Amino acid sequence: MDIKLKVDASGLSCPLPILKATQGMKTIQPGELMEIVATDPGSVKDMAAWASSTGHMLVEQDSANGKFRFVLRHK
Amino acid sequence: MDETISIVLFSGTDDKLTAAATLAAGAAALGRPVKIFLQYWGLDAFRADRVTADHGLAPEAGEAGRAAVDAAAKAGQAHWIETLRMAKELGEVDIQACSASMDILKIKHADLDPIVDGVAGVAAFYINAGEGQIIFI
Repeated sequence: MDIKLKVDASGLSCPLPILKATQGMKTIQPGELMEIVATDPGSVKDMAAWASSTGHMLVEQDSANGKFRFVLRHK
Repeated sequence: MDETISIVLFSGTDDKLTAAATLAAGAAALGRPVKIFLQYWGLDAFRADRVTADHGLAPEAGEAGRAAVDAAAKAGQAHWIETLRMAKELGEVDIQACSASMDILKIKHADLDPIVDGVAGVAAFYINAGEGQIIFI
C-alpha cells in the first residue's frame, strides 16, 4: 500500500484528530492515501463519521497498544 | 437541509469557550459553514490583549474540575483560540461580534483579536443562520 502522507495525531484530543485529517487531505491528490494515527478513543467513531461526511474513503483501520490507525483515500 | 451551524457564544469561561471551539471546529472539518456570534462574556474573551488570559471555569467546575481541565491542557488539548484558528484555516468559519454587546462592554472592533471578522446585529445573525441549527453556549 502506497501511503502518500503520514499524520501523527497521538496525544491530541478531540477535535484535533479530525482537524489534522482535514489539513492532511488538503495536501494530497484524489486517489492518494493518508495514514493517521491517534490515541483519542473518540477518534474511532469520529474518523468514520468524518469520512462518510466528507466523502473520503476509510480503507483500513486497526488498533494496537492504545493507538488507533486509519488509512483514508482522498475522494 | 441547511448545513450551516450557528453558535451563539455568550459565555466567557475557558471551559465553555473550549466547548464552543470544539463544536465549531468539528463542523468545519465536516465541511459545514459555521457562523459564530459573540455576545457579552464570550465577546469579552476575544479582546486581543486577553484571548490567552485565564478566563476561569464555569461555577460548577469546582476544584476537581479545575484540576481536570489543567491536566487536559497539559496532556495536549489545544487552547480554544488555537482550535478556532485551525478551524478557520481549514473550513468556512465566520465570527461576528454582537453590536449591542460591543456598546455595553465599550469594546471597539480594533480592540478585538483579528480572528473576529466583523460586527453585526441580531437580524443579520438570523438571516445568516438560515434554516440551520443554532447552538447557544
